[in-house]
Amino acid sequence: MTAVAQAPAPAPSEGGKDRRNKARPRTPAEWVMLVLAVLGALAIVFPMLLLLLNAFKSPQDYANSGPLELPQALSFEGIKTFWETQNFPRALWNSIFISTMVSIIAVVISVLNSFAIGIGRVRGRTWIVLVFLMANLVPQEMLFDPLFQLYDDMGLLSNPWSVILTFVVIQSAFGTYLLSSLLGTFPKEILEAASVDGATRWRTLRSVIVPIVRPTLSVLMVFFFIWTWNEFLLPLAFLNTSDSLTVPLLLEQLNGERQTDTTTLIAGTLISIIPTIIFFLIFQRTLTRGITAGAVK
Amino acid sequence: MTSTPQRVRPRRTDEPARIPQRDRGKLGYWLHLIPGALLVGLVIFYPIVRNVRLSFFHWRGGRAPEYFAGLENWVALFSDQEFLQSFKNILLVIIAMVIVPTLLGLVIAALLFDVVGRRFGARLSSFLRATYYLPQILPIAVAGVMFSWILKPNSDGVLNQFLTVLTGSEVEINWLGGQYSTAMASVMVLMIWIQIGYPVVIFMAALQRVDPQLYEAAELDGANWFQRFRAITLPMIQPEVFVVALTTTIAALKVFAPVFILTNGGPSKSTYVPSFYAYQEFIRGTDKGYAATIASAITILVVVVAIIFIRVQNRAERKEA
Repeated sequence: MTAVAQAPAPAPSEGGKDRRNKARPRTPAEWVMLVLAVLGALAIVFPMLLLLLNAFKSPQDYANSGPLELPQALSFEGIKTFWETQNFPRALWNSIFISTMVSIIAVVISVLNSFAIGIGRVRGRTWIVLVFLMANLVPQEMLFDPLFQLYDDMGLLSNPWSVILTFVVIQSAFGTYLLSSLLGTFPKEILEAASVDGATRWRTLRSVIVPIVRPTLSVLMVFFFIWTWNEFLLPLAFLNTSDSLTVPLLLEQLNGERQTDTTTLIAGTLISIIPTIIFFLIFQRTLTRGITAGAVK
Repeated sequence: MTSTPQRVRPRRTDEPARIPQRDRGKLGYWLHLIPGALLVGLVIFYPIVRNVRLSFFHWRGGRAPEYFAGLENWVALFSDQEFLQSFKNILLVIIAMVIVPTLLGLVIAALLFDVVGRRFGARLSSFLRATYYLPQILPIAVAGVMFSWILKPNSDGVLNQFLTVLTGSEVEINWLGGQYSTAMASVMVLMIWIQIGYPVVIFMAALQRVDPQLYEAAELDGANWFQRFRAITLPMIQPEVFVVALTTTIAALKVFAPVFILTNGGPSKSTYVPSFYAYQEFIRGTDKGYAATIASAITILVVVVAIIFIRVQNRAERKEA
């Protein structure tokens, strides 16, 4: 967490340090490199632009035109069919509920674990971290059959809590790893001051440590939310009734149905992307700060 | 990650911070581990133990009896054509998820940081960085459905329509279901598309640590862009390259959704990857013991790869110190 605040670096062309650079005009080679970078970015968004272009065509229009042509008239038929045949609001709610619960509970578990490991420095902590990290390493197909039977016995199949329980463990593995190393460098003076003031261990954690590491906790929550939102294999295994599906599962199911009309599928894909895009726009800064948190010391 | 700043306070490493003073033992700290330990035991270690044990049995599932199999499943695994094929595919997946994104990511990150960021403004470069990162936060299932729309067979596929316009003659390639080469290539393109943003963001963050004066000095000495990249950039961001390689290799070994959605393992099981194979065997197979063997084999491989990577990294760090 130490590095990379991704501070809005002062635009280099204005900084005094780079005066020499500023004086130098942009060379043709630099323009070529800029064009390459922009072309690459275009290639990334191109499939999504194609979706946008074709989601508003009527089925006839879609059949008769090329994928790069503009729609002849704005048609909401695909979107309407998708909305009427699929219970998208329900899937959206399921996804939001599961991801929110996982991100909250997983952060709580991560804080508890890393309090013992990072602050308490319990014996064998390196091994304990490794044990928790197994949750992140183990492939999901290793978990899927035993957990399926376990949740079946507990009556949790097609219940969001089966997925929540599973991903609380998987996400908090990373949280424990990250927070333990962060709390390992927590200033001892602060802890001692709290103890002098008569704070109990629990109170120190709640009123001193958590407020100080809150920025990191919010980064973790954002990531746990997205990772859980995007999960596929285990939700596919555990959620089988139509009103328990998450957004990715709903779309995958629609994709598998033979009679699905192409424009309906395109519209559904576009609608499924929208929550992610909104989330991306809101949390862009947190995301860029967080991606590097685990990787950069 | 475990090394704390020992120079400052060498005493600290083994001593718990003493809060509160009334209760000096570490017992109170252990209590905080209980919920996490119970959960990880139930959700992670119970399945591991159950599957590893099951790999020495034959079991049809449900109420059927288990038959002890000894090493039969494990022996069968290494002569199983489908399993071996799925491992060959994993090598291709590693190319698509680790090697290509890391190399492209290095080039793109250097381009964005060095050229776009410094010569055209930081705003443009962070906008482009966000664009490259976008596929990373899209659900893989949604990305997969989007690609399978573009790759539809016959003349209503988007790619086929493009090629028809380009070549002037009707193109009807069954990209995903026709033959192994196009199906596997499609899966790989999807993976590269998803994966590329991750190294770009990490490497750009790493580049911010590099002292710009190093570059200026090299520039004065007449080093061109590529020479600077090789002599300064690469050595400086080597730790990040390492982390990216580790995390994406592990992700590659576990890959599932792209294959499930794009090809469903086909045509004729040629694009199987190990996790997909294990999943299929658990669901449709007649011997859950064998399915558990496949899953256990992947788990062991993932853990071994992780250990090797971490050891190599520790050794490299010690050399530096």
